[in-house]
Amino acid sequence: MESLSFEYRGGRPLPSAPPVTLVGVVGSGNLEVMVEPADLGGVCRIEVLTAAVGFGPIWQAVMDDVFARHPVADVRISINDVGATPAVVSLRLDQALDAFTGGQP
Amino acid sequence: MTDAATHSYYEDSARERLLGLLDPGSFREILPPSERVVSPHLRRLDTPAAFDDGVVVGKATLGGRPVLVAAQEGGFMGGAVGEVHGAKLTGLLERALDERPAGVLLLVESGGVRLHEANAGLIAVSEVMRAVLAVRAAGIPVIVLDGGQFGCFGGMGIVSRLCDAVVMSEEGRLGLSGPEVIETTMGVEEFDSRDRALVWRTVGGKHRYLLGEAAVLVEDDIAAFRAAALALLDHAPDLSLAALEAEHAALGGRLERFGDCRDALDIWARLGIAEPERLPILDTPTFLATVTDKRA
Repeated sequence: MESLSFEYRGGRPLPSAPPVTLVGVVGSGNLEVMVEPADLGGVCRIEVLTAAVGFGPIWQAVMDDVFARHPVADVRISINDVGATPAVVSLRLDQALDAFTGGQP
Repeated sequence: MTDAATHSYYEDSARERLLGLLDPGSFREILPPSERVVSPHLRRLDTPAAFDDGVVVGKATLGGRPVLVAAQEGGFMGGAVGEVHGAKLTGLLERALDERPAGVLLLVESGGVRLHEANAGLIAVSEVMRAVLAVRAAGIPVIVLDGGQFGCFGGMGIVSRLCDAVVMSEEGRLGLSGPEVIETTMGVEEFDSRDRALVWRTVGGKHRYLLGEAAVLVEDDIAAFRAAALALLDHAPDLSLAALEAEHAALGGRLERFGDCRDALDIWARLGIAEPERLPILDTPTFLATVTDKRA
């Protein structure tokens, strides 16, 4: 197992703090993503716990893309992963952040 | 089989099932994922844990009546019961003794004890069993819904049969040892777990309904599960000693009647069902009409 952490600045804060959102399941080739409002001084923090070791650079690339699509601030994203492919990770994060922001940009 | 007018229970996740089953907006989760009460064992085994340990518990209303409800997520370790998972179920059931809701609903989907957690998981399941019986003894119905992708086996199979009633769809499965376990321990000649027709006619909803283990058989439609659960809230079983002794006698009689059968088809034939081999392909309404008055 490997722990990874990513932080992004420059996101836009949401007008109001939405409720916690959880999507996905901790199952083989899948992952769960929990999105919470958090007082992080404008930072978006992503914490990953993954069963697949040694894929840090790929996670970095996928997270960079996700943040480019969803530039959020004061949000904590927590991920439990069981070897999901980058495409699945990307889709799950889109699903989670769409649900969390409820369509707010 | 679903069409646009129905919403599959089988395909849903545990959280989606709760949304579809309960009164809209009524569900309040206890120990939600943001509390991060995760398994203390999996991390030491270098295995990712789920924030809810694979079970969602909380309170809600069903048809305006207060219920406590739990939904197991089969996608996480096959819905297996670990220490935290089991404690959430037990805590919910014990809460029922204080709050006295109209009923407790268990949306089961589990392979049984989570073997990674060994004795902690076994103890957790036994605590769930004891709590179910305490809630029933207090006159609060405990209703099981079983129609998920992973079925209900092992310790949770026992838990289910300790409850007041089991609602199943054809897709649901209920048993003690699951098909893979039987094959592993007894050999493929005894039970081929890849033979889907064999698996479903042995542990599937139709067979469980015919044997009387499932009280109600519904289509794979979340609205049908909701209607069945609502109706069962008013079902008050007779828990007197005489009734329990009669049930034991009936189970003994059932074993005598069917004990030499080698296949579910033999049982169906002995129940007096003409052309038993066609039962698996019937849709639920046709099946129910066909087996009226034929159940064991």
